[in-house]
Amino acid sequence: MFIYGPQQQKNLEGYVGFANLPNQVYRKSVKRGFEFTLMVVGESGLGKSTLINSLFLTDLYSTEYPGPSHRIKKTVEVEQSKVLVKEGGVHLLLTIVDTPGFGDAVDNSNCWQPVIDHIDSKFEDYLNAESRVNRRQMPDNRVHCCLYFIAPSGHGLKPLDIEFMKRLHEKVNIIPLIAKADTMTPEECQQFKKQIMKEIQEHKIKIYEFLETDDEEEMKMIRKIKDRLPLAVVGSNTIIEVNGKPVRGRQYPWGVAEVENGEHCDFTILRNMLIRTHMQDLKDVTNNVHYENYRSKKLAAVTYNGVDNNKNKGQLTKSPLAQMEEERRDHVAKMKKMEQEMEQVFEMKVKEKLQKLRDSEAELQRRHEQMKKNLEAQHKELEEKRRHLEEEKGSWEAQQRILEQQKLDASRTLEKNKKKKIF
Amino acid sequence: MASSDVARQPDKAVRPLGLDGHVGFDSLPDQLVNKSICQGFCFNILCIGETGIGKSTLMDTLFNTNFENFESSHFEPQVKLRAQTYDLQESNVRLRLTVVNTVGFGDQMNKQESYQPVVDYIDRQFESYLQEELKIKRSLHNYHDSRVHACLYFISPSGHSLKSLDLVTMKKLDSKVNIIPVIAKADTISKSELHKFKIKIMSELVSNGVQIYQFPLDDETVAKVNTTMNGHLPFAVVGSTEEVSVGNKMVKARQYPWGVVQVENENHCDFVKLREMLICVNMEDLREQTHTRHYELYRRCKLEEMGFKDTDPECKPVSLQQTYEAKRQEFLVELQRREDEMRQMFVQRVKEKEGELKEAERDLQSRFEQLKRLHADEKASLEEKKRHLDDDQSSFSKRRAAAHLLQAQSLTVNGKKDKDRKNSGFM
Repeated sequence: MFIYGPQQQKNLEGYVGFANLPNQVYRKSVKRGFEFTLMVVGESGLGKSTLINSLFLTDLYSTEYPGPSHRIKKTVEVEQSKVLVKEGGVHLLLTIVDTPGFGDAVDNSNCWQPVIDHIDSKFEDYLNAESRVNRRQMPDNRVHCCLYFIAPSGHGLKPLDIEFMKRLHEKVNIIPLIAKADTMTPEECQQFKKQIMKEIQEHKIKIYEFLETDDEEEMKMIRKIKDRLPLAVVGSNTIIEVNGKPVRGRQYPWGVAEVENGEHCDFTILRNMLIRTHMQDLKDVTNNVHYENYRSKKLAAVTYNGVDNNKNKGQLTKSPLAQMEEERRDHVAKMKKMEQEMEQVFEMKVKEKLQKLRDSEAELQRRHEQMKKNLEAQHKELEEKRRHLEEEKGSWEAQQRILEQQKLDASRTLEKNKKKKIF
Repeated sequence: MASSDVARQPDKAVRPLGLDGHVGFDSLPDQLVNKSICQGFCFNILCIGETGIGKSTLMDTLFNTNFENFESSHFEPQVKLRAQTYDLQESNVRLRLTVVNTVGFGDQMNKQESYQPVVDYIDRQFESYLQEELKIKRSLHNYHDSRVHACLYFISPSGHSLKSLDLVTMKKLDSKVNIIPVIAKADTISKSELHKFKIKIMSELVSNGVQIYQFPLDDETVAKVNTTMNGHLPFAVVGSTEEVSVGNKMVKARQYPWGVVQVENENHCDFVKLREMLICVNMEDLREQTHTRHYELYRRCKLEEMGFKDTDPECKPVSLQQTYEAKRQEFLVELQRREDEMRQMFVQRVKEKEGELKEAERDLQSRFEQLKRLHADEKASLEEKKRHLDDDQSSFSKRRAAAHLLQAQSLTVNGKKDKDRKNSGFM
């Protein structure tokens, strides 16, 4: 049970006093009072109300408060009766849930639906109460046990029986009972029981299991019970005298079938098990198994709304908020990666573009240089030509001047000669 | 879900019913108790007190055993908490006891933060439980409850009043844990001094609004003894694991030259009262108070902090599913928003950068154009110069040609003249 360490086992010398803890727990539980919800399901006329009355030795259903089965119903309904009973200082708030109309129609497909809905709605109420911010003492109205009445046909389970139990065995503790057991002989009953248990196993129906304990005595009793499943019961509202003792029973011309006689039926076993020894366990299993099942399905549906449900089961060990927190972290990581990728692409593109620009610029520069060179060359060439021309011109002009001078000289001489000649 | 008509009648009023005989459900408390015994019990005590005040000794004495004790020094820089868990058994009852001791409490020069590690420890245990409770798949009935059920606050036996550290610490803790103040080393106070001391302490607690644990009075079986005990608070205790022979018995006691202080002697100290109240009578109540009062308060505050409410803005009750769904919606919207923001930012940057680059391109283009123009200009001027040169060249050539021609002509004329002269000269 305890799996944690590190702890050490200590043997105490002398009186400490916590052996009194169980008494403290006892006191407090009596003060708090107890609650129990019992559901009875079965066709009309199987003696459900009578059995309840016999179990609790009271007239839960009487002429004043007739059981729902006495009314004519067209559809399956779910009805609750709450009573407060006291015994030995212990207060018990008992709720009996009846399902009149069950299995009575011609077409009974889906007649289990109102039952399922009822159980689920009680789970939902409890879940909401448990999940409130301001919580108060939560009343436990969940269905702790379902007595399923099987008609004593003597052959086997009906398809309706199988269908119902298959749909409800994971929502509530099912205790199948053979009703009106006084219509079968012990051998027929034995046969019937074997057949039923075989079919239950075949269809993998999980009926309520009595837990194994370490206590030898208890184990013996539990094994006895297990051998006699499903319990065959008889109920009665009337008290008859048998051998001077008043007993509850059914009077027949051939004798009295006694309710509390272990050789006549299993009623005593049922009562002892249901009320005297396993009532608390039924509540615990409802709380720890069936309710938790409901709750985890409900919360998983909310958390994984639309998300692929193939995610590994490990995620169910978190609360929905922790789940969201993790999703947020994942998302941040995803975004970071995306951001990095986008950044990379961005950088790359920019680099490309810049490179192109640089290349263009270099090209431009180069062409400019080339043109400049070209022009300079042309310029130089021109300069050269010009100089050449000037030189040529200069020399020719000089030549011309000399010639002119010569001509002038010659002409002067001629003039002189001419003048001379004349004389 | 399609369902047939479900006529849900309002719950009929609960009616009391008499029974015709012994049904047997009066065994229910026994069934419950048997289960608890099978599962075992769990109790966690926190001891706060200065170093050397006797916390470990008291625990040893209370539980009649020798827990592993570490002697601590006075030089711890910070208050720390040390928790140890033990499995104890008395008759058929198994108890998993966790003792948490403060280490270094009251030793620092600046004690302003002394209470914080304690508060943090208590809150951590609450948080741990809350997390388990909120899980989708949880196992509460198997959960090892580490929440602190009782806090023994050790008061120094100064005889005068509470220290301010005591008041500050207890005030911070009174809404988180059941505080049971005890006067430690009570064998150093005389009876009259003790009486005055107790009154002073209680009045200081009241005037400072510190709510210590009151033994419950709602159960008739223990109301009387609890009322009496409430009047003896705080308990003055002495702890000792050593045994001294008194009369013909060996008793737990402390031996002084002037006498023997017997731990379990109610005249000498309130040890027995403490053990009675803490363990024998009210242990279960301490656990219950921790769960239904202190833990619920923590849970409520935490959930409100996280934004949970019981009713929506229109004051209609909100179910858990609705709250979770709303939160999930909010959450998804926020994720989407963040994603969009990031994309937006990127788009922005891209646009900016594109703008920059385009600008640079345009610059380059204009430079290119400019250079082209420059070149064109230069080329034009060069062309002009060339033409000029060509003109000069051609005009010079013409001049030269003309001059040549003239010369040639004059030569010819001169030649004729000369010829003529020559010819005439012959005459």
